[in-house]
Amino acid sequence: MERHVRLANKMLSFAWWRMARRAMCGLTICYLVGPLLVVLVLSFSSAQFLTFPPPAFSLHLYRNLLQDPRWAASFVTSLKIMIPSAAVATLCATAAACGVIRLNAKAATLVSVLILAPIVTPVIITAAAIYGLFQRLGLNGTIGGLIIAHTVITLPYVFITVSAALNAVDPRLEAAASTLGAPPLTAFRRIVLPLIMPAVLSGLLFAMVVSFDELVVSLFISTPEVQPLTVHMWSDVMGDVDPTITALSSFLLCISLLAVFAQRGVRLMLRRSDVDLETAASS
Amino acid sequence: MSTLKLLPPRDRARPARAPNRGAVLELASLEKRYSGVTAVERVDLSVAQGEFVTFLGPSGSGKTTTLMMVAGLQEPTSGEMFLDGTLLQPLPAHKRNIGVVFQQYALFPHMTVAENIAFPLQMRRVPKSEADHRVENVLRLVGLASQNSRLPSQLSGGQQQRVALARAIVFEPSLLLMDEPLGALDRKLREQMQSEIAQLHKKLGMTVLYVTHDQSEALVLSDRIAVFNQGRIEQIGAPAELYERPRTRFVAEFLGDSSFVPGVVKRILGELVEIETAHGLVRGRDSGGLAPGNSVVMALRPERIALAKCGSGQADNRIEGTVHQLVYLGQSRKLMIGLHDGSELCALTASAESVFNPGDRVDLCWSSSDCNVLAVRDGDAGAG
Repeated sequence: MERHVRLANKMLSFAWWRMARRAMCGLTICYLVGPLLVVLVLSFSSAQFLTFPPPAFSLHLYRNLLQDPRWAASFVTSLKIMIPSAAVATLCATAAACGVIRLNAKAATLVSVLILAPIVTPVIITAAAIYGLFQRLGLNGTIGGLIIAHTVITLPYVFITVSAALNAVDPRLEAAASTLGAPPLTAFRRIVLPLIMPAVLSGLLFAMVVSFDELVVSLFISTPEVQPLTVHMWSDVMGDVDPTITALSSFLLCISLLAVFAQRGVRLMLRRSDVDLETAASS
Repeated sequence: MSTLKLLPPRDRARPARAPNRGAVLELASLEKRYSGVTAVERVDLSVAQGEFVTFLGPSGSGKTTTLMMVAGLQEPTSGEMFLDGTLLQPLPAHKRNIGVVFQQYALFPHMTVAENIAFPLQMRRVPKSEADHRVENVLRLVGLASQNSRLPSQLSGGQQQRVALARAIVFEPSLLLMDEPLGALDRKLREQMQSEIAQLHKKLGMTVLYVTHDQSEALVLSDRIAVFNQGRIEQIGAPAELYERPRTRFVAEFLGDSSFVPGVVKRILGELVEIETAHGLVRGRDSGGLAPGNSVVMALRPERIALAKCGSGQADNRIEGTVHQLVYLGQSRKLMIGLHDGSELCALTASAESVFNPGDRVDLCWSSSDCNVLAVRDGDAGAG
């Protein structure tokens, strides 16, 4: 009898814990997602100013966004920076990761720290340093300069993801490939690269997101003529607040979501091919 | 059919030899040193065509390092290696044409079984149709004919082992290296694979270098065994020769069980030596190069010791002891027998014949030719 009471108490406290945990999770999610939802709702507002809740719904903010050529221009500028810098960062970081894994522990730590420096040092210092250097080189306010700066900033992210994947690849696989007759480059291309490809792709995506989202360094080295989207948004918000920004934010939110799903998709696709092989083998 | 071949005694001053005709693989004074540590020290070895040679030794004894130097995955500090008369060092691993089976198989996880096995053929630009044919043949040879489109992760350990073996022999290498290939398998499967490897070796007539720390595996598979200890080949010979006539205490201990009785050489009697021990004078076989006054140990195999009731033993050698412990091992019984100086010897008797109980006084008898007298070297452990 007493045992049953104790058991019941135990289950009750267990239920309490479960409810508390759910509540905590719920609150956290609201805290994170709530502001995004508010922006999303506001972007469909008919008001000329930022007011919540919106008096009525309309698409006029989206019309504004499409009709103002400056938004489109800065969006294109952002893409022009993002694509080459993410590509170059991915190439360099992958090559660097492959090199670092062959170094002894001391040298590997040294080189890794150097490569990771841009995300370890405060952004404002990196920004000021790049600004100072580019001033001398005449790169401030050029697409080329922005691409170089973004490459430096995004490279560590790719380096981290690719290094992690490389560490998981058994070094004996490369050794085995060489005993089977594969020269070093072939062994890399046929064995190592396919195994780290998911990490390289997600590093690339990561680099694209970081570049597209980057504000501080871009703010230092861009000019009104060459202005990525983030800088444009920043200067727009600093003036009188045009609610068009909510439409733009919602648009960017959708792009981010797409990026996340794309990454999931890549993972799924890779797993699917395994499953296909399995079913083919068992049939 | 074992090919028995004894190398001449080591000679420090001898320069690297020219490749020996008839030997597939020739290692001459091969050495490997890492920052101050000698991993492999002056290894000399010649392996004949079709021979199965096993490197046996504890971990860290240099056997795998030697194998990896032959494969081209590690660089020797000094010495020379010849394969079919060609100096190996200048060739990178991918040009050596040596098949290697790695400890954890090292199969390519993103390729199917067939793709894994076809890989070395692709590297040699074998036409697709011929490659397919050869992959099919070798898969049949290792008994995996229906598994060609599976991924390695979908195979059992034993199957992965077979794929690794198939991949290493499909391109008909001049030499096959195997680095503890059965270490990850359970005992039953290991024994099955041992006999399959032995059959395959017979069938294909390949030259094999095999690394293991499992003495029974070495005894079952090998034409010759090279016992490695602290970077050197302690002794090399046919399995029976190593077991019957170990030249050092290490070999006597590592290959099979031995009990040791310390003593001092009293006189040399042709093949035999007489030694003075705490239990009186006994005789055994000279393991080579002993002289009166040398400190030695007598190595006794447990199954070569005959037990008799105290006072009734008849043999060349006889000492007295007390049964301390009996261990039942199924087909035999192990007896731990205490001697009067506090040391213990181990003896084996057939279970059915065992009539002794703990506390019984017994005679331990053995024939002089069944016991080897080994010189005591620096670094050997004390009485065992």
